[in-house]
Amino acid sequence: MRAVRITADGVYRAALGGAAALVFAVVALIVYETGRGAGLSIRTFGLGFLTSTAWDPVTEKFGALPYIYGTLVSSALALLIAVPLGIGTAVYLAEIAHRRWGAIVSFVIELLAAIPSIVYGVWGFFVLAPWLRNGLEPWMIQNFGFLPFFRGAPFGIGMLNAGIVLAIMVVPTIVSISREVLLATPRSLREAALALGATRAEAIGVAVDAARPGILGAVILALGRALGETMAVTMVIGNTNRISLSLLDPGATMSSIIANEFTEATSPLYVSALIEIALVLFAVTIVVNGLARLLVLWATGGRRAVAAAA
Amino acid sequence: MNRKLKTLLLPALAAAVMLATLAGAPVPGVHASPAATNLTGAGATFPYPLYSKWFDMYHQATGIEINYQSIGSGGGIQQLKNGTVDFGASDAPLTDAKLKEMPRRVFHYPTVAGAVVLAYNLPSLKEPLHLTSDVVAGIYMGKITTWNDKRIAAVNPGIELPAAPILPVHRSDGSGTSYIFTTYLSAVNGPWKEMVGANTSVSWPAGIGGKGNEGVSGLVRQTQGAIGYVELAYAKQNHLPVAHVRNRSGQFIEPTLASTTAAAEGASPLLAKDVRTPIVNSPAAAAYPICGLTYILIYQDQKDPGKGHALAGFLRWAMQEGQEVAATLDYARLPQAVVKVNEGNLGKITVAGKPLLADR
Repeated sequence: MRAVRITADGVYRAALGGAAALVFAVVALIVYETGRGAGLSIRTFGLGFLTSTAWDPVTEKFGALPYIYGTLVSSALALLIAVPLGIGTAVYLAEIAHRRWGAIVSFVIELLAAIPSIVYGVWGFFVLAPWLRNGLEPWMIQNFGFLPFFRGAPFGIGMLNAGIVLAIMVVPTIVSISREVLLATPRSLREAALALGATRAEAIGVAVDAARPGILGAVILALGRALGETMAVTMVIGNTNRISLSLLDPGATMSSIIANEFTEATSPLYVSALIEIALVLFAVTIVVNGLARLLVLWATGGRRAVAAAA
Repeated sequence: MNRKLKTLLLPALAAAVMLATLAGAPVPGVHASPAATNLTGAGATFPYPLYSKWFDMYHQATGIEINYQSIGSGGGIQQLKNGTVDFGASDAPLTDAKLKEMPRRVFHYPTVAGAVVLAYNLPSLKEPLHLTSDVVAGIYMGKITTWNDKRIAAVNPGIELPAAPILPVHRSDGSGTSYIFTTYLSAVNGPWKEMVGANTSVSWPAGIGGKGNEGVSGLVRQTQGAIGYVELAYAKQNHLPVAHVRNRSGQFIEPTLASTTAAAEGASPLLAKDVRTPIVNSPAAAAYPICGLTYILIYQDQKDPGKGHALAGFLRWAMQEGQEVAATLDYARLPQAVVKVNEGNLGKITVAGKPLLADR
């Protein structure tokens, strides 16, 4: 038998393993505690909780559907705006702009990521909302009012405002990661493309294609932030539990209803229903992230090398 | 075998050590000093500006320190139930069912009164808007949708009302303000009581939600034709135009500290029987109808004599000197009749079953 010695290697391994185990333990604890807290609501409403549109604290009838809808739509809207903008910016900064200029601009963009979300909320409420109410929204109603997405009154507050604020919040994530990934692709790829007679645009296309897994990874991170954002969304989304196709109408998200009502919820069932919303948000995040990862896998045909860089 | 066990055990051990460090060791010596010099409380945000001033003044006068966390009424009640604070604070009194869930008997002490006012954005209007309970309920149920509706015109004779759509704005966060507002509408309007009811947050049939007083008033200020309800103190400090509301005796009353105190005065015979009675739609002639009380909650039977004495002393102080400073922060003082009710209840506090205060 060897004497049991605690070697430096062993300690190192244990410390790292412990750190990893700790993360896992914290997540497991969160799931356990949320599940326990939501128990009463799960037993009372069952699966109907996911499909009911009622949210009435007086009669204690609770359903999550308007909030699930609001979370998914506001995040999708945010990505619809932020992905083209973010990737376009990243390609420009990495491939076209002068190196030093690119570094300065990306530094400024990363500053955007450091702004607290309450500041985005205040901006959305006091600056963006009046502008939407008096400018963009009346114009949308006049020109595209025949579509169900642009019907209603121009409040300035609502799904559209939330989508735009979220888009601005997630653009820095997309830009900075995509730019790093693009810069990490080998120069020889572009040189080879140019040597084969490709135009500059085609050569950039080759580089972007090589960076695709990393760029998709950036989009997934952005989606995660959009799904969970609370304070800024609460301030600008209008907070009504109605499902409306129109982007101009107010709505609510899962995180906004929790932020709004948790402090004054006094009955056990009410609190439990709010905790179940948190559980549903957790599940939705897992499902959406899982789907996004499958998409990455499908889009890259299993290439992982560059994705790891993200 | 040995080696395998080690690779499994060591990370687990390390994780356990880290978790224990995160959880933090308990802090010794905070509780159970015989002559209590500090108290802790948690709860409502509405009275927080006043309470923090009170606690500061009381500390300077007596040396007793009171720590208060304005985490919301729900959290305050929960912490009182768990015994982690010495008193709770809530804008909505506990219902009979909730009182039964508490481990021991809980007393309510109303501390000050507040009013909920309707602020509006109608730049063309030079005189204060007049509203009745039916009009307010109609607007918030989405049944009255334009300002020149004849039900509004009927109570505003001689005033030119615009043909603009009405945007009703409500609080999106659960709040005592919403509780008072919906309690009022439930008391005066049958359909509202049946369809919506009263609570710190309800299922709103119409309008959009702003977060906090500032969210509601921001939306009202930005949007022509909007109307929203905020606390009286907030409206006063921000000079918002507010509606005069018709009270039970048919007068249109401007919301002021005096008309709020009058509402509590009018309800005082009922408050003497049960301090939890809502004071909305008060019968007093000078009363503004949309008012409520905010409460401090304590256990009737105190476990720690030191803390019991400190609590009772503070509450007695709050009913005397405390009331004098309420108006400086735009809270309405309690009428003498309600102060008497509170002082009567203070005499019922016990420590381990024995009366705390000798009758004086």
